[in-house]
Amino acid sequence: MHTVTPYLALSTILFTIGAVGVLIRRNAIVVFMCVELMLNAANLALVSFSNLHGNLDGQVAAFFVMVVAAAEVVVGLAIIMTIFRSRRSASVDDASVLKW
Amino acid sequence: MVTPVVAPVAAAGAFHLLWLVIAFPLAGAAFVLVGGVLAPRVVNAVGRHVAVLMALCSFAVSVVLVVADANRASGQRQVVQHVYDWIDTAHLHVGMDLLYDPLSALFLLLVTGVGSLIHIYSLGYMAHDERRTRFFGYLNLFVAAMLMLVLSENYLGLFLGWEGVGLASYLLIGFWQHKPTAAAAAKKAFVMNRVGDMGLSLAIALCFTTFGSTSFTVISHHTATTGSDRLTALGLLLLLGACGKSAQVPLQAWLLDAMEGPTPVSALIHAATMVTAGVYLIVRSNFVFSLAPDARTAVVVVAMVTIFWGAILGCAKDDIKKVLAGSTMSQIGYMMLGAGLGPVGYVFAIFHLLTHGAFKANMFLGAGSVMHGMDDDVDMRHYGALRKALPVTFATFCFGYLAIIGFPGFSGFWSKDKIIDAAFGQHWYLGALAVLAAGITSFYMTRLMLMTWFAGRRWRDGVHPHESPAVMTGPLVVLAALSAAGGLLLAGDWIVHWLAPVVGQAPETSGGLASWEVSVITVVVVALGILAAWLAVGRRPVPAVAPAKVAWPIAAARQDLYGDAINEIFVVEPGRQLTAALLAIDKGGVDVVMTGGPAAVGAYGGVLRSLQNGFVRSYALSVFGGALVLVLVLLVVNWR
Repeated sequence: MHTVTPYLALSTILFTIGAVGVLIRRNAIVVFMCVELMLNAANLALVSFSNLHGNLDGQVAAFFVMVVAAAEVVVGLAIIMTIFRSRRSASVDDASVLKW
Repeated sequence: MVTPVVAPVAAAGAFHLLWLVIAFPLAGAAFVLVGGVLAPRVVNAVGRHVAVLMALCSFAVSVVLVVADANRASGQRQVVQHVYDWIDTAHLHVGMDLLYDPLSALFLLLVTGVGSLIHIYSLGYMAHDERRTRFFGYLNLFVAAMLMLVLSENYLGLFLGWEGVGLASYLLIGFWQHKPTAAAAAKKAFVMNRVGDMGLSLAIALCFTTFGSTSFTVISHHTATTGSDRLTALGLLLLLGACGKSAQVPLQAWLLDAMEGPTPVSALIHAATMVTAGVYLIVRSNFVFSLAPDARTAVVVVAMVTIFWGAILGCAKDDIKKVLAGSTMSQIGYMMLGAGLGPVGYVFAIFHLLTHGAFKANMFLGAGSVMHGMDDDVDMRHYGALRKALPVTFATFCFGYLAIIGFPGFSGFWSKDKIIDAAFGQHWYLGALAVLAAGITSFYMTRLMLMTWFAGRRWRDGVHPHESPAVMTGPLVVLAALSAAGGLLLAGDWIVHWLAPVVGQAPETSGGLASWEVSVITVVVVALGILAAWLAVGRRPVPAVAPAKVAWPIAAARQDLYGDAINEIFVVEPGRQLTAALLAIDKGGVDVVMTGGPAAVGAYGGVLRSLQNGFVRSYALSVFGGALVLVLVLLVVNWR
């Protein structure tokens, strides 16, 4: 058993929790947090592999993910807030008119 | 004899005014119809007076021209004025050329003269119609188109006028378009005329291919050296055109329905001028017909059938305007008969056309005057004993009546006798049929006279017949005078000499009966017709309601001799079947092929689009599912 195995296991668990949360929760804020959880699970895996390989590539990639996640939070929260203001609801199932 | 050719000289002196004859009424029509949109208040106030003035100006110019023409030597009486190049291509040159010759001179006087009188009459007749201004605009448009028809130097220009009068006729028949019958009658006239126009346009195309030109001058110089088959085909096509415009069998059915139009329209267009355009066409094309005896035979057959067709209709109708319309059809048949007889008849066809233009317009306007006094009732069974109530109309109507039956001395006597005489000169049975038809003419006209002016009064309640205003009776008096004195045109064979440059000098008739014998026979037959009418109508009271049980000829005549049924069976129904078949092919064949592909794509898209349900979580599931499939595929592919 390798030293990074527990980290990868934790990463897998976190990713799975995030993915299931995205699929089953209706509250947009919770869905959003689950997305963050998945991103951070991916970060953990990247950092773990970086440690395993002994170079910094994975850590650099993790930084990029963080930057993108920060930008995504700004835009995503703004959208959720606007929807909430206009519809008095944060349920993702209520925002379903954008279709054919 | 040698067929004369059209050999005009260039316009000079007064003939520079020729284009004005058309320009005046055209300007009037533009003023009323276009100005009526731009400045309705001004035009509503003065429009109708401007229209009348334009018609009178045109008449004045026509008089000036005819005086100038009469002062010329006989060989110099054909004048052409080149207005502008109309079509100018490598192989085809058509000029907007106006031809003024003795034939068009007579038509100019008829169209502008009778036209002006009817314009004046309409001032009174249409006084209470709120759309009267537009009516005068259409009348002016008609006069302009009719003048274009008779003045053009080539068939294409003639066709322009031909279509123009067709349009004006359509607009005026349907003038009271709120009446469904009027709207339908207008459409019927328009569609049936298109059939004839097809013949004329094919004739023009044949002229192009045969002579390379449509100019009368060019064609008349070449017909003598053209094959007789071509000329016969050309003559038959021209006859088809003439049948449509002049309501000759088999294209006769529209004329009686056209009586839905205002009565001045019936008088001007459907009696005096437009319907005689077919006769003009044949006489104008004498350089074709003189050399195509087979086509002339067809003209004579059509004419003879139509003479009787119209006369029989006239005997059975109770609508005063339809009796007159049947009579018009029959009289135009006489003109066509004259034209079909060839060089011996051309002049008398035109002579009868002129006298008929006067006396029939007179009687139509008289009928209009009666309708005016009878609250627009046209059923003669509701008339009776009107001679005291409308004395002026009665007196003028009598002149028209005496003229049409051919009472000795009146205009119709001279013109109809000449045609009958020419028919006897051709074949005795043609003459006998023409005389018999003259007897029928006197029968139905006497019936009309008795039912309208004599017998007991059968007026509806609340109807108070009254004489029309002077603006209406004035034209009647003028036309009555012309009906009586029209025979003067024949004095000293004036009209024969006058038209000689156009149609040639007729050869002396040989054989047959002497002229005075023909006259005596005709007068006797006419008297018998009057007697028959008195026996049938005059000696007992006229029923106020048409008897339902009548002999089959009367029943058939009341149904227009089943003209509509014949058209229905032989034209409308096959046409309907054809369109139904075409529609079925289009729907079952073409449409299936053309729309099948798009329909398949659309159905496929319909299936796919249900995936786009708007729920973001289901999109997320498809993303995860896709990622999972991708991972599994990678695992399988990289499996060792």
